[in-house]
Amino acid sequence: MENSLPKPVSELGATRSTSRGSLKFIIGGLLILAAVIYLIVASLIAPGGTQYFLTVEELNNRAAEMVGREVRISGVVLGDTIEYNAQTLDIAFTVAHIPGDNQEIEQLGGLAVVLKKAAHDGSLPRLNVKYNGPKPDLLKDEAQAIMTGKMGADGTFYAEELLLKCPTKYEEAIPEQSAAK
Amino acid sequence: MIANFGFGTLIISFVVSLYGIGAAVYGARRNALAWAESARAAMLLTWPLLTLTAASLIYLLVTGHYEVQFVYNVTSNAMPLYLRVTALWGGQAGSLVFWSWLMAAFASAVTLRSWERDREFQPWVIVVSLVTLAFFLGLIIFLENPFVRFWQTANGMQVVSMFQPSGGALLLPPDGRGLNPLLRHPGMIIHPPMLYLGFVSFVIPYAFAIAALVTGRSDDRWIRITRRWTLVAWLFLSLGLVLGSRWAYDVLGWGGYWGWDPVEIAAFMPWLSGTAFLHSVMIQEKRGLFKRWNLILIIITYSLVIFGTFLTRSGVLSSVHAFAQSSIGPLFFGFISVTFLISMALLLHRWNDLRSQGHMTSLLSREALFLVNNLLFMGILVVCMWGVLFPLVSELFTGQKVTVGPPFYERAAGPLFGALVFLMGIAPLSAWGHSTVKTLGRAVWKPSLAALAILIVAIVSGVQNGAALAAIFVIALTACITVYEYGRGVAARMRRSGENPLAALWRLAGRNRRRYGGYIIHLGVTLMAVGIIGIEMFQTETQGALKPGESLQLGRYAVTFRSLAQFDTPDGRSVARAVVGVSRDGQPLGELYPRRDFYYDTQQPMTIPGVRSSIEDDLYVLLVDWQPISSEGATFKVYHNPLVNWLWVGGLVFILGTFVAAWPSREEPVPVRVPAQLVTEP
Repeated sequence: MENSLPKPVSELGATRSTSRGSLKFIIGGLLILAAVIYLIVASLIAPGGTQYFLTVEELNNRAAEMVGREVRISGVVLGDTIEYNAQTLDIAFTVAHIPGDNQEIEQLGGLAVVLKKAAHDGSLPRLNVKYNGPKPDLLKDEAQAIMTGKMGADGTFYAEELLLKCPTKYEEAIPEQSAAK
Repeated sequence: MIANFGFGTLIISFVVSLYGIGAAVYGARRNALAWAESARAAMLLTWPLLTLTAASLIYLLVTGHYEVQFVYNVTSNAMPLYLRVTALWGGQAGSLVFWSWLMAAFASAVTLRSWERDREFQPWVIVVSLVTLAFFLGLIIFLENPFVRFWQTANGMQVVSMFQPSGGALLLPPDGRGLNPLLRHPGMIIHPPMLYLGFVSFVIPYAFAIAALVTGRSDDRWIRITRRWTLVAWLFLSLGLVLGSRWAYDVLGWGGYWGWDPVEIAAFMPWLSGTAFLHSVMIQEKRGLFKRWNLILIIITYSLVIFGTFLTRSGVLSSVHAFAQSSIGPLFFGFISVTFLISMALLLHRWNDLRSQGHMTSLLSREALFLVNNLLFMGILVVCMWGVLFPLVSELFTGQKVTVGPPFYERAAGPLFGALVFLMGIAPLSAWGHSTVKTLGRAVWKPSLAALAILIVAIVSGVQNGAALAAIFVIALTACITVYEYGRGVAARMRRSGENPLAALWRLAGRNRRRYGGYIIHLGVTLMAVGIIGIEMFQTETQGALKPGESLQLGRYAVTFRSLAQFDTPDGRSVARAVVGVSRDGQPLGELYPRRDFYYDTQQPMTIPGVRSSIEDDLYVLLVDWQPISSEGATFKVYHNPLVNWLWVGGLVFILGTFVAAWPSREEPVPVRVPAQLVTEP
């Protein structure tokens, strides 16, 4: 291959009509484009392709409509409510409402503050959650839970996926224990 | 004060960068060599200055100056030295300092090259590098300053500030909060720098592309200069992605390696466009086609690099499960929009100068297949982009936030990846200029038979899943073709020169590093694909609570709980460590030690799996829970991950191939365009 002779560019395909030549490339490109669009659309429509991202309040308000639908919920874990059966790996806990809008959270003083307040505010909407699996390391009081799953007809949310963000990970403005020097 | 010193060097390097931009633009416009030379000196000065900044911050980290907020947040007394040093990229502010330091290093290295043949590029390369650098330095100084400290004011208020408030005294916490234990892993120590190196080095080809556009030089000089930079960028980005996956597999304890998280996707997207770029520049070099397309690709890659830095800036974890929001978000998007629009405007300005020299004629020619490769990579990029943006789009139009999960990405991108693997096998066989089904078929039929044999073996051994079989065939075909290509090259050399096979292989790869390095990379990809198919399609799992002596069965494996011990370690952990016996078909295979570490400083537990690895499969055992008295029992989760090690081995082969391709060769590639019929020898 290294010793094959170079040919001048003009020799290649110079005899062909350019419009016919480029037409097949345009068709080929369009086919690939169509395939990509088809894949995106088909994957979005397929079950489990998309999930509504709701707050606890929104889910409670639309509970009937959401039964059996795949949804994603964000809330704050109430530490006292966590029940865990190490034999069956059944986990039950309650989450309380936190705002879904990041700007709203920023205005309220940041996520760590919002989580802390929401975990101790009895007036906020709450939701019972059930999940089966190893208890995640971060499942504890004031953690933010992001859950994917389905609303049951019994008003309990059956989570299939449980992701947790822990308030200790957020950079605090001021350390709690510090001595003036 | 070290903190003030570090901040001072940061300010000076910011000012120097701004000066450098001005001097370079003026020098280029007025053709004033002295100004251009001064800009170059400014560029070279930023690196030592930022080295001082980074060194100050590392000094504060290592010596435990917890009055500095950043130090307080990412280190603690219990952390060993190496973790305190690497905590530099454990938080957002430090990450940005590290990024800028790397950027300055790379840009300085580039200005040291010999510029004789392309003197006119230099000021503009400096402008682009310094604009990028100045943006990051500005962010650090005004919004994410790692040197801010805790102060107690006269009236007892606690504040965070860079400078001493009137009547204020420094607050000195006795200990810091410590780095997140999930980040205390070798993979996590190397992974962010690799990713950042990849990001940063992609700025260089972009800078040359912009320089070419500004100066109106429409040949492929910018591509030839930056070929190796692109490969190095790509190497680091690939390494970063592989190491990140490995870290997830080892540390996150969910038996997976990739979760289609926005942060992962953010690092993956520049890789996708960069890979497309890497392939399509070859067509410009060989055939003079796709000039505009290559510029578009590098501009997109640069935007995605900045976007990726924004999403991954704070280390993976604080943003791993949602979009990170902070005050620097809008600025990042502003910067990306402005640079993108200016770049595109420049491209449109030169649009007519960038006409292709020649055109494609055959659908099966090498250049046409490269174009398909590009479209597929961009297709996957669109899928990723759409997945990341979908929540925003849906909220905009329906008022309802709708997200997409891993199933979306797998379904939409899976077939595109499959097509890419197939193309990877076929394309190297096709010739530049013109190919037909006949010439391709002649080259393909022998490896096809071998692939068919592998497919039959798979069917006989009980694989029934149609998608898996299709994937196995495509992977086998591509692997066979690649090996066959190598074999033919070696055989031809042996016939010609009488070398032994190994020497022939070595010389062959040495003579055309880019080509044969590329083949090694392709082979690595097929190995990785095997691993991905194994774990994605054939992973099984079980879980259960065991009393000592009891077993869990998973396929042919049995996991027997033997004992459990709890103890404290000197570095501030409480460890619960289980001993389990593993056997296959009744044959004992040894013991595993899944454990759970509890970190006192961050009050956070961390699950570390016990893994038995072989080329065939991984048995991945997690200690999920245990009773305080160890004799009572413990709960385990067990995963069987077939073929997953092919993924890591493939990753190594891939990286090796990139080294081969990027290694400087003694004979530089001929700078003449060769539209040769690369019809392979019989």
